[in-house]
Amino acid sequence: MEQTASVEKVSSGKMKFLVGGLLIAAAIVYLIISSTQASAQYFMTIGELESKGASIEGRDLRISGAVIGESIQYDPELLELSFMIADIPGDNADIEAQGGLAVVLHEAAIDPNRPRLQVVYSGPKPDLLRNEAQAIVTGKIGEDGKFYANELLLKCPTKYEESVPEQAGS
Amino acid sequence: MIADFGYGALIVTLLVSVYGIGAAFYGARKNLPAWVESARLAMLLTFPLVTISALCIIFLLVNGNYEVEYVSSVTSSSMPTYLRITALWGGQAGSLVFWSWLMALFATAVTLRNWHRDREFLPWVIVVSLVTLAFFLILIIFFENPFQKLWLFPDNQVVAGLSQPAGSVLFFPRDGQGLNPLLRHPGMIIHPPMLYLGFVSFVIPYAFAIAALITGRTDDRWIRVTRRWTLIAWLFLSLGLILGGRWAYDVLGWGGYWGWDPVEIAAFMPWLTGTAFLHSVMIQEKRGMLKHWNMVLIILTYCLVIFGTFLTRSGVLSSVHAFAQSAIGPLFFGFIGLTFITSLSLLLKRWDELKSETQMTSWLSREALFLLNNLLFMGILIVCFWGVMFPLVSEIFTGLKKTVGPPFYERATGPLWAGLLILMAIAPLAAWGHSTIKTLGRAIWKPFVLSLVGIILLIVSGIKSVPALLGFWLAFFVAAVTLQEFWRGTRARHSRSGESYPLALWRLVGRNRPRYGGYVIHIGVVLMAFGIIGIELFQHETQGTLSQGEKIQLGEYTLTYESLSIFDSNDGRNVARAVLSVEENGKYVGELFPRRDYFFESQQPMTIPGIKSTWEDDLYVILVDWQPITSQGATFKIYRNPLVNFMWLGGIIFILGTLIAAWPTKDIETVRTRERHEILVGATG
Repeated sequence: MEQTASVEKVSSGKMKFLVGGLLIAAAIVYLIISSTQASAQYFMTIGELESKGASIEGRDLRISGAVIGESIQYDPELLELSFMIADIPGDNADIEAQGGLAVVLHEAAIDPNRPRLQVVYSGPKPDLLRNEAQAIVTGKIGEDGKFYANELLLKCPTKYEESVPEQAGS
Repeated sequence: MIADFGYGALIVTLLVSVYGIGAAFYGARKNLPAWVESARLAMLLTFPLVTISALCIIFLLVNGNYEVEYVSSVTSSSMPTYLRITALWGGQAGSLVFWSWLMALFATAVTLRNWHRDREFLPWVIVVSLVTLAFFLILIIFFENPFQKLWLFPDNQVVAGLSQPAGSVLFFPRDGQGLNPLLRHPGMIIHPPMLYLGFVSFVIPYAFAIAALITGRTDDRWIRVTRRWTLIAWLFLSLGLILGGRWAYDVLGWGGYWGWDPVEIAAFMPWLTGTAFLHSVMIQEKRGMLKHWNMVLIILTYCLVIFGTFLTRSGVLSSVHAFAQSAIGPLFFGFIGLTFITSLSLLLKRWDELKSETQMTSWLSREALFLLNNLLFMGILIVCFWGVMFPLVSEIFTGLKKTVGPPFYERATGPLWAGLLILMAIAPLAAWGHSTIKTLGRAIWKPFVLSLVGIILLIVSGIKSVPALLGFWLAFFVAAVTLQEFWRGTRARHSRSGESYPLALWRLVGRNRPRYGGYVIHIGVVLMAFGIIGIELFQHETQGTLSQGEKIQLGEYTLTYESLSIFDSNDGRNVARAVLSVEENGKYVGELFPRRDYFFESQQPMTIPGIKSTWEDDLYVILVDWQPITSQGATFKIYRNPLVNFMWLGGIIFILGTLIAAWPTKDIETVRTRERHEILVGATG
């Protein structure tokens, strides 16, 4: 008699923890799904952007491209920054196959036929913004076709390990 | 010459490691202690060998041997000696050697411990440590070699390689490219070694766990042996994360300290599982439960350590941590996959032996609350993992590359952090085995009321933000509970033995360091929570271009742009430095000097903010731009970061608490065993 009572107690105890654990797991899953939906950004190349057209208007986009040095315009009074970026592959493997990030950025920046995108950003001009840097911009496409960025990340591969130092005495 | 020597030392280390793995394996299987001893000596030998190799790199770096590719990529002649030494971990290949060196150091430390009580673990601890070391040595020797030299062909092409290609001559560049200026900061010099130490020292508890699974000695001996290793690993990892935050705050000039960058998350994930592990091993030690779970946690932590190194090293994700991309990605994935599968199958083999000794009965018991704590940490881990993997997953399944940014992490982890704070307030007061609402209520009502009083004061003082009030309330609650614990223990000692209060407090902490160290860590977390709420919810910013003598206002601060000077420093920088005078409520309080350093050799500027720090807030000013010729106008971005210094203070206290918890204690084992025995007796009798 007592035996069965204690067995029941144990299993109801297990039930209690199972339900509690599942509730928490469900809450975590809900948090992840809802937060993903609320803040997902589409990572696109500039080439893909042109083919997508109106379907991406108003969406949060994240775009990477090679900075065209001569297009950089900066108004320090109003902190308004605008520059062009040129299409580069979105895939790391493609970049690698074409000779590495530094090469890809260089070729994109000097090729006038590559699709380009005008980026507008308000805020201080970042230190790394210069010709052939990789810009990763986050924001939305405006009706005027310009990209209004609210976040701007820059990478300069040449500053790290890929370039060969210049020759002594030259 | 030196380069070849260093490379040779690495190859010998690899051979010795492979021998050690084989000897340990053979000795354990055939039960031949002489072979295990030989393997132990082989493991001891790895440390001096890797040291030779690391010293060779340091020699090349300090000596300016720019014909070595690695040297010319991370140093230059204008760099001072200490920076040349730290350039050992300034680039990919060197930092892998540094990683291996630390791994060998910990492997040596573990071989030198007293093994007589757990002799049977030894061969398997050697196997796991040396396999990890050998994996990294293979990466260095075959894929990321810091000893490669530069070779010049007649057509002026320069190629990096180990041996001289036909028709080429050794190439001597005039100068190197120099260390990335962003990395020339004290925080950045110590931050990578701390993280690596944290990463590497988690290998040891994992090695013991695997040894326990293989030998079948699946009691909690492995946990007792590795408790301090785990705490030390956790200490270094925490320190690395905090220093990284401080570095970002001081150098990156965006007014923040943590950006949910994939590389940051890579270091954060093993910290999460490590923290969960530190809590859940207590349940196994006190109650003999969650044995499977602890195994899973330490296996996960080890895999995340390797995964973290992989994320920082492979360039698989786009990130501000712009390390070069390389071909070592598949190798890492292979290694992680292999260790994960091997570890899990070992665990499954021993599954039945790891059954719990007692049952969990009440949601309000301390073990249940600890289990909840584990669930929440795992929740945060899953959020982080999902966030990092989401771009890959979405590309594979939808063809669209999507990413999630900081808002995702903040939204998804915010409630989980809040849950952890609630647990931090309740769990210390809950009893092992069983608590009721009534007993818990009796223990908790005072701190609860106290925290409500605190919140009412905040509401009266005009704070309206609901998330902030909720956060502050939780922080107050935890602080009150934790301080009450100190108070209760101290008072009990005082009235029992008549010790003075300070002495009673000192002895209280000294007698039970893991517990009170843990509480000190909780206080640290509370202070950090204050700082994080302050900067995240109450940060104000403004920006503007000022001509000389013009003023700008932010809150109660008025800043006047006084002057700008531009000069060359003797270490290869061009410095633009502005002077602003600061008034608070119309009263002069000091000057700020935000500046911009331009490094000639790397052609890279670096923004250093001017910061005025008080406990109330930081006034954080960035020099954005200026008119170089006239020096008339300059643009500033100004942040007011309330309470941010509580975050740094909390970080220091957090580390102090960890030190207290990890401090060696005499005969801790006998004390523990007795305690556990009493609990078991109490629970059954």
